[in-house]
Amino acid sequence: MLRRTFLGMLGTTCVGASIPGIASASKDFKGHPGSNGVLFDATRCIGCRKCEEACNKVNDLPAPDKKYDDLSVLDTKRRTDAKTLTVVNKYKADKGPLFRKSQCNHCLEPACASACFVKAFKKLPNGAVVYDETVCVGCRYCMVACPFSIPAYEYDEPLTPRVMKCTMCAPRLAEGKLPGCVESCPKEALVYGERDELIKIARNRIERNPDRYVDHLYGEKEMGGTSWLYLSGVPFTEIGMREDLGTKSAPELTAGALASVPMVAGLWPVLLGGIYAISKRKDKVAAEEKKDAVANAIAKASEQAEKTLSEALSKADVANKRQIEVEVKKAVEEALTPKEEESDENSEGES
Amino acid sequence: MSNPGNPGSKSNLTAFNVIAGAIIVMGLVITVLRFTKGLGAVTNLDDNNPWGLWIGFDLLCGVALAAGGYTTSAACYIFGLKRFHSAVRPAILTAFLGYALVVFALQYDLGRPWRLPYPIFVQQGTTSLLFEVGLCVMLYLTVLFIEFTPAMFEWLGMKKIRSVVVKLTLALTIFGVVLSTLHQSSLGALYTIAPSKLHPLWYSTYLPVFFFVSSIAAGLSMVIFEGTLSHKKLHHMMDEEYLKHHDGVVLGFGKAASLVLFGYFAIKMIGLAYGNNWHYLASGYGLWFMVEMLGFVALPCFLYAVGVREKNLGLIKKAAIITVLGIVLNRFNVSLVAFNYHLPSSERYFPTMMEIGISVFVVTLGVVIFRFITTRMPIFHEHPDYKGEH
Ligand code: SF4
Ligand code: SF4
Repeated sequence: MLRRTFLGMLGTTCVGASIPGIASASKDFKGHPGSNGVLFDATRCIGCRKCEEACNKVNDLPAPDKKYDDLSVLDTKRRTDAKTLTVVNKYKADKGPLFRKSQCNHCLEPACASACFVKAFKKLPNGAVVYDETVCVGCRYCMVACPFSIPAYEYDEPLTPRVMKCTMCAPRLAEGKLPGCVESCPKEALVYGERDELIKIARNRIERNPDRYVDHLYGEKEMGGTSWLYLSGVPFTEIGMREDLGTKSAPELTAGALASVPMVAGLWPVLLGGIYAISKRKDKVAAEEKKDAVANAIAKASEQAEKTLSEALSKADVANKRQIEVEVKKAVEEALTPKEEESDENSEGES
Repeated sequence: MSNPGNPGSKSNLTAFNVIAGAIIVMGLVITVLRFTKGLGAVTNLDDNNPWGLWIGFDLLCGVALAAGGYTTSAACYIFGLKRFHSAVRPAILTAFLGYALVVFALQYDLGRPWRLPYPIFVQQGTTSLLFEVGLCVMLYLTVLFIEFTPAMFEWLGMKKIRSVVVKLTLALTIFGVVLSTLHQSSLGALYTIAPSKLHPLWYSTYLPVFFFVSSIAAGLSMVIFEGTLSHKKLHHMMDEEYLKHHDGVVLGFGKAASLVLFGYFAIKMIGLAYGNNWHYLASGYGLWFMVEMLGFVALPCFLYAVGVREKNLGLIKKAAIITVLGIVLNRFNVSLVAFNYHLPSSERYFPTMMEIGISVFVVTLGVVIFRFITTRMPIFHEHPDYKGEH
């Protein structure tokens, strides 16, 4: 990597230029204009598993344990996994069994993408959220982050595990084809189109058949909105969908924590430096006071020494002179010892 | 386990060495399995539970318990509490080893570990809190290494370079505190992206603050706890300077820990009130939450306070152990117990013996390396050439 890139990045995370990054996580992003999606109508789904079969085929996935026409599979609850990018589950209701397909919802502001620390996920302008295995580190934070528990992982792959999830058939879309599941659905429970159009179609269906549908278009607002939309005749919790996810998008959930990064990086050193200066100043004042005290002591001591000297001199005769010198030396030494000791301590205090 | 036939030199066959050796062999066997058969063969991780013990313990607890490094050096060099000086080196060494082992242990959990530098050098996912964790841990590991080198240079007798590094102390300390603040808190922030998966009693937009504040308590307690352990086992390596200050360090850190725990308890309650989650207290999770808050936050806070007032070192050390356990409990609760609380029990995660084995292996490695270094380098004692010149 270029040195400049690295420094720029350091700056982004640690100094505070990351404001633009945060701004892009703003509330107002509503997906790419004109992006596409799929509308799933649970009142039309008959649980035939044709979509599963098509998905398996167009994505070249390994053969399933049981054939796709074996509907006994529906009796146990399943989730997407590394070999199955979409599943249909059966739910019991008063009116008889209901079916619901699940796969990646291709969120407008995907949690997986905002969580990935190598940007392995990308929301394409056409609405699909795609994954790039050539950069994935395999941390699985995307799986932790996805509110719909969609991404799966190749746990048995020792060296090259991938995160597996529906791509909305992005490669097929690029060729102008429909997603595999949509194309194969015999009951038109799946409709592919521009998301805004799908919302209109869904509203229309609810309006014309208020008895058939609950008045809720799942995915319009959930987690900031998803490209995949759902209609149902019963409350969504009854067909295994969480209604407590809220309307905040994933980037909004983490925006606060991210925004505090530049604050910490900017403020902490200043605060800590301030504290350091104060504690240093305390030391300095203490040291100065000590110095004054030492100087006083020395002054006093030498005064005394002088006094002793003159007294001694006045008393002494020549014969005693040598002894006096000894006395004086001793007195001066005594006076200076505390000073040395203290200045020793002083220098120990510095670091 | 002395060897009577060989007086003068101690046998290598001590109980410690035998057990540590056995654990290391076991660790190596699991390592081979992990990298030949895949994560699925050695762990209970699955699509619903992508993060298990290796993240919950090795990463989250490892980082929190290594917080002694920044708390101690900040106390000594920034707050000017010189009497804690003797505790700095052991704390820095522990922190450095702790972080190094965190990164080492992460290699097991990552699907493609050799790509760990990718988020920094290939493509930067700056919207990810994990990116922040990664970058800060990398930088902090470097800082810790530099902070540790003086001991090494003294051991090797490299005076010039040592004095250069010593001059950087303050800058390194401040940088270290900034980085620690950031990644300690962003470990908590990792979970803010999944409000629908973490139980409301543990989920909070304040998670980053909780993680940061509790890491201070963890760091202080670890310094006390470890000092006590080392005191028993490595007494002969400690000089008078270290021993003279030891009790003072324990008292001072105990006092600080008591205050921090008090503050932590208070902000946890504020978080609870802010989310208006009181009604959850009456559930099973509520009971568990109370155990954590009362038994592992309020209790050690109280014990610390009493211990400090009565100058009862024994009590302080007990409080330290409870706090350390409490941090582990909290990180487990956030990452494992309260995570995925909405799933039926059949879909919940429990680690395999092999996952536990790797965690034990990593901790053992840490202890072995710690012993190796402290019995050779001037950690618990001052090097004779550099006495009194910090
Ligand atoms: S449903 Fe999950 S995997 Fe799909 S785009 Fe949304 S967050 Fe990503
Ligand atoms: S597992 Fe791969 S795709 Fe998922 S967050 Fe980690 S690096 Fe990104």
